[in-house]
Amino acid sequence: MTVARTWAVALTGAEGALVEVEADQSSQLPGLHIIGLPDKSLGEAEQRVRGAAANSALTLPRRRVTVNLSPASLPKQGAGFDVAIAVATLATDGSLDLASLARTVHIGELGLDGRLRPVAGVLPAVLAAARAGVTHAIVPHANQDEARLVSGMHVVGAVTLGDVALWHGADLEPSELDPVPAPAAPPTRPFAGDLADVIGQHEAVEALVAAAAGGHHILMCGPPGAGKTMLASRLPGILPDLDDEAALEVSSIRSLSGIGVEGLVREPPFESPHHSATVAALVGGGSRVVRPGAIARATNGVLFLDESKDQEYN
Amino acid sequence: MAEKDVLGRAGEARAAAYLRERGYRILDQNWRCRDGEIDLVATRDGQLVFVEVKTRRGAGFGHPFDAITRRKLARLQRLAVAWAVAHPDASRGRTLRVDAVAVLGPDPASALIEHIAGLE
Repeated sequence: MTVARTWAVALTGAEGALVEVEADQSSQLPGLHIIGLPDKSLGEAEQRVRGAAANSALTLPRRRVTVNLSPASLPKQGAGFDVAIAVATLATDGSLDLASLARTVHIGELGLDGRLRPVAGVLPAVLAAARAGVTHAIVPHANQDEARLVSGMHVVGAVTLGDVALWHGADLEPSELDPVPAPAAPPTRPFAGDLADVIGQHEAVEALVAAAAGGHHILMCGPPGAGKTMLASRLPGILPDLDDEAALEVSSIRSLSGIGVEGLVREPPFESPHHSATVAALVGGGSRVVRPGAIARATNGVLFLDESKDQEYN
Repeated sequence: MAEKDVLGRAGEARAAAYLRERGYRILDQNWRCRDGEIDLVATRDGQLVFVEVKTRRGAGFGHPFDAITRRKLARLQRLAVAWAVAHPDASRGRTLRVDAVAVLGPDPASALIEHIAGLE
């Protein structure tokens, strides 16, 4: 029987590994089996794929379909594989263009109504696919701006699974559902202020300028009310804009944190974890899904540890 | 007989005709024992084939094959062995196989037929 192949991306931290999603149909009772070290939420993709296909007027094969996520030894997590699993499964009936599938990476979670839901980490995932030589990416509509930041990648933002099938040559009516919106971006931090506004404090200002120019660490001590926090929060304002590579790195980390990325982040990040923040909040981590901590989020920017002698990690 | 049973019997008759056309010889129909019923028992090429026939007028309640669960398949396999034990002459030297046939359409006589050979 037909074997259909397409691509998805497994993320480990900010690094992505290309995963081949292959589906094979065999003459057995209907069923969808996913193998290749899926986690719980990925294992449940079967139900989402079923619901999404039924509500998109697409028929899944009435035979057993085995979906293999290769390399099989790499642990895979999350619902971002749904779309790749769905199209590979549908393609085993021969209704989709296999060549088109084989050059496309699919990223996105499926809703039961057939719409594509945005996922975290689209930017690093598409970046990894581009580096591995994939030329086309289909991502949820809400993530398309983020995916387009990767140069050289042909990005399609799909609203529904039907749209994806249409793109690969299915014979369908285009749906008229509204796209699932992106999660609301956190309010952008109001501009903290300009170093030029500081009156006096000549030594401190000069030290900040030296630190900004040379990328040095800086330790400030003084009595309460001396202006340490006021000065530190003005440091990002005198840092140069991030160059392309640094901007991609910072944007990828934001994407991994689940913060929507609309454009390349050019301003250096500023993180000031509260002094009661735990080591885990600072360092990041997680057993399966790795979430960046404050230190990682401050990459290429400023990590401000206020009241550092009281910080929890002491 | 209830209407659903009339439909089921018509589907089984259609499935039996379909199998005969393909060189199967029907040995038994609607064989019952304490555990349940086998729709069709046929033979071809030294194999004893036990067939579960599922008939649907439309796909509104799912495809007929979706109605055959793991549990039903396990029961069919037990029934197949029970039939073979009850008919030692017919089963001697033959391997057992369980098949499924779907009859899908408003009229069983002209419905679409799908056949899966050798369920696992």
